[in-house]
Amino acid sequence: MEKELIHLSHISKSFGGKVILDDLDLVIHENEFVTLLGPSGCGKTTTLRILAGFETPDKGSVIFEGRDITNLPPNKRQLNTVFQNYALFTHMNVADNIAFGLKIKKQPKSYIDDKIAYALKLVGLEGFENRSVSHLSGGQQQRIAIARAIVNEPRVLLLDEPLGALDLKLRQDMQYELIRMKNELSITFLYVTHDQQEALTMSDTIVVMNQGYIQQMGSPEAIYNEPENAFVADFIGDSNLFPGVFVRDELVTIDGVPFPCVDKGFGKDVPVDIVIRPEDVELVEKERGTISGVVTEIIFKGIHYEMCVEANGREWVSLSTRPHLVGEEVGIYVDPFNIQVMNKPESEDEEAVSTT
Amino acid sequence: MKKKTNGLKKLYIGLIFVFMYAPIALLIIQSFNKSKSRGRWGGFTLQWYASLFQDASIGEAFTNTILLALLSSVISVVLGTMACICIGRMKKQTRTLMMGITNIPMLNADIVTGVSFMLLFLTLRIQFGFGTILLAHITFNIPYVILSVMPRYRELNPHIYEAALDLGASPAYAFFHTVLPEIMPAILSGGLMAFTMSIDDFIITHFTAGAGVHTLSTKIYSEVKLGIKPEMYALSAMIFITVLVLLCLVNRVQGDLDLKAKEARA
Amino acid sequence: MIIRRKTAGLLGTPYIVWAAAFIVIPLIMVVWYGLTDEHGAFTLANVAAIADPAHSKALLMALILSLIATIVCILLAYPLCLFLVQSQQNSTSFLTMLLIVPMWMNFLLRTYAWQSLLEKTGIINTALRAIGLQPLRMINTNGAIVLGMVYNFLPFMILPVYNALEKIDQNVVNAAQDLGAGRRETFTKVIFPLSLPGVVSGITMVFIPALTTFVVSSLLGGGKILLIGNVIEQEFMLAYDWNLGSGLSLVLLVFIIINVVVSALIERDEEERA
Repeated sequence: MEKELIHLSHISKSFGGKVILDDLDLVIHENEFVTLLGPSGCGKTTTLRILAGFETPDKGSVIFEGRDITNLPPNKRQLNTVFQNYALFTHMNVADNIAFGLKIKKQPKSYIDDKIAYALKLVGLEGFENRSVSHLSGGQQQRIAIARAIVNEPRVLLLDEPLGALDLKLRQDMQYELIRMKNELSITFLYVTHDQQEALTMSDTIVVMNQGYIQQMGSPEAIYNEPENAFVADFIGDSNLFPGVFVRDELVTIDGVPFPCVDKGFGKDVPVDIVIRPEDVELVEKERGTISGVVTEIIFKGIHYEMCVEANGREWVSLSTRPHLVGEEVGIYVDPFNIQVMNKPESEDEEAVSTT
Repeated sequence: MKKKTNGLKKLYIGLIFVFMYAPIALLIIQSFNKSKSRGRWGGFTLQWYASLFQDASIGEAFTNTILLALLSSVISVVLGTMACICIGRMKKQTRTLMMGITNIPMLNADIVTGVSFMLLFLTLRIQFGFGTILLAHITFNIPYVILSVMPRYRELNPHIYEAALDLGASPAYAFFHTVLPEIMPAILSGGLMAFTMSIDDFIITHFTAGAGVHTLSTKIYSEVKLGIKPEMYALSAMIFITVLVLLCLVNRVQGDLDLKAKEARA
Repeated sequence: MIIRRKTAGLLGTPYIVWAAAFIVIPLIMVVWYGLTDEHGAFTLANVAAIADPAHSKALLMALILSLIATIVCILLAYPLCLFLVQSQQNSTSFLTMLLIVPMWMNFLLRTYAWQSLLEKTGIINTALRAIGLQPLRMINTNGAIVLGMVYNFLPFMILPVYNALEKIDQNVVNAAQDLGAGRRETFTKVIFPLSLPGVVSGITMVFIPALTTFVVSSLLGGGKILLIGNVIEQEFMLAYDWNLGSGLSLVLLVFIIINVVVSALIERDEEERA
């Protein structure tokens, strides 16, 4: 792991009595692509704005390379932001927008011109210098907003739901573009989104947030495969989430039906939550399944079929390339390795609390 | 340091406020002044408020002013709203032309509008009086209605009208039950603006009133040289205070409604 | 909206007729009277009469005083609007209180009240004397007229400037700071340029009524200072020379048209940007 760049230390922030962030602690390393992921109101944008300097935390401090910058105004920070609605200066053309930060720093004209040309090339809009920004498409405005930020050579680029306003195809293209730009610039990206697909595609590290708390932090694979609690499991991808009992090491039951698993150390006969990804629910012949059920619904999704199976009064969702007829009796089998066991939250409140 | 600049900002806003209200405060104080001369305080009195109701000429000017404002704002609201429906579906070029013409009374100098009416009535040999003032007031009021209603009408979801038709409503029923309620706030605020403009107008009334008829404005203007009757201060103070109280009440009620709506949502 | 073409046309007819009869034709009458003599023969004499020293002096005076008043309005209104927008509270009711409510006190009376404040034995001079200062000659001066103009037309500057400032996206301001701009640079490079359309539209809304007023000058100028508005008013109401009055009004119309063209150009610019 590269060296530590930013430390958001015990940050709390509330607006008008409503707590947005509660004792948040987050470390970001150099040259890392970190994504803050969560539903709206989870505090992800506030976190980004505190880092950028647009909000001051009520408690806690922002440490940048070991220096406390909590009270440093935004214009003195070595980071730049790509805003949600781009926030381009409509009274300036493309070149003037990009040159804005460099002119403030009184850079020589030749340097500025080189930088503009370089930035436009990086974002794939060569020759757009003299265009009016209001005549650009959403995707192009997005690219100019990125160019305007990166010419200042920030240590960290903050991106606040930058792809939110774009249509699906463009969004997917821009995801790859952003990864490419990140690699070319080799700086830290801090990305805010509510789109789990975006987060999984681009990030080195995902920070899942809800109600002002960090729910889980880790690589996309870890977040997807080993969600630490029901919120993360539910938020990241579709999943089958069942209440169960952890009987002993390597054995759980769902509604009394035993399922072997690989997890250990939850105790004996402890109530737990069990997550099984739909693609891990295998539909087999009735006799070979751990339990059996009836197919109630089948939807063709392109690459695969999504099927609902009713078994023991519960609905299981399964993804498979092999279709089964509605009404067909099938067996359900889950590889022990694909059963994810999670502690049950002890109360409503704790549902939101980080389990780490 | 931030606190200090905040204080200075508040002071500045307060000074502008004083600037706008100092003459008004003075007029209200004047209305209680026993002395007829402006400069001197001759003791507190309510006599001007009493004699106000005996003064027939002020009463007539007041009635004219209110009647003009009411009639002109109601007529301009009806004409203006009808016009919006028509202009709203015109082709872009015709619409631009129509809106351009609509803008003329607002962009033109009042004195030029005033003399243009005067010339029209002179040429057509129309007797100057209440009727000519009313025509003029309606004309300069319609733009306020159109400029208030038009944006609202154009951003209206056209499907609500279609949905009403689809559900079997006649076009008239659909209009009065779907379109009209949606644009009502804009109509009201346009009408209120028109009412205010009509009450406050002097210049255009000056050129269209002729000899016999007075509104409060023209009466005040004719009295300026000789000294304004204290009853006029009393009347103006009453109008002003009434409006102020009404506005506060409306604000209070609206505030309450907002609060309730907020609570209901929470 | 699929209200039938015929119905819509029918609804619009009254206004179209009205606008033709009471907006367009009266203006044509002004042009007609302005370009003819009392016998109806074509002449440019009424317009050329602006060169008459008394008239050109009145026009020049009106131009100077209204320009000063416009500048003062900008200087007063801009900081006010900036502070109001920055205060981040809902300023709508405050603005109504400041700008609309005073209109319910007759504007002639309000202007007239300034006489009591400014005159020789008026309130301001009494106060000056009380603290041992020399009384000032304020009433019936150019300064008094400028003050009356500012007092009456300041709202026309505040509203567009406030709207322009309020419309500026906070994120755009944040973006400027994010890119390294301090307070002063954020203002000069972003906030002020973005609010410029509001200022220009305020200028066009203050300048014309100030230029053409005859009320402010006759109430606060004591009848000694004549502006072009006073000249026109007298031609119509005292001298009954409608041709001359119309001819001079045509001169004003030139200024008004320039004004309209400027504001239309700015509006189009803004629309293009949006």
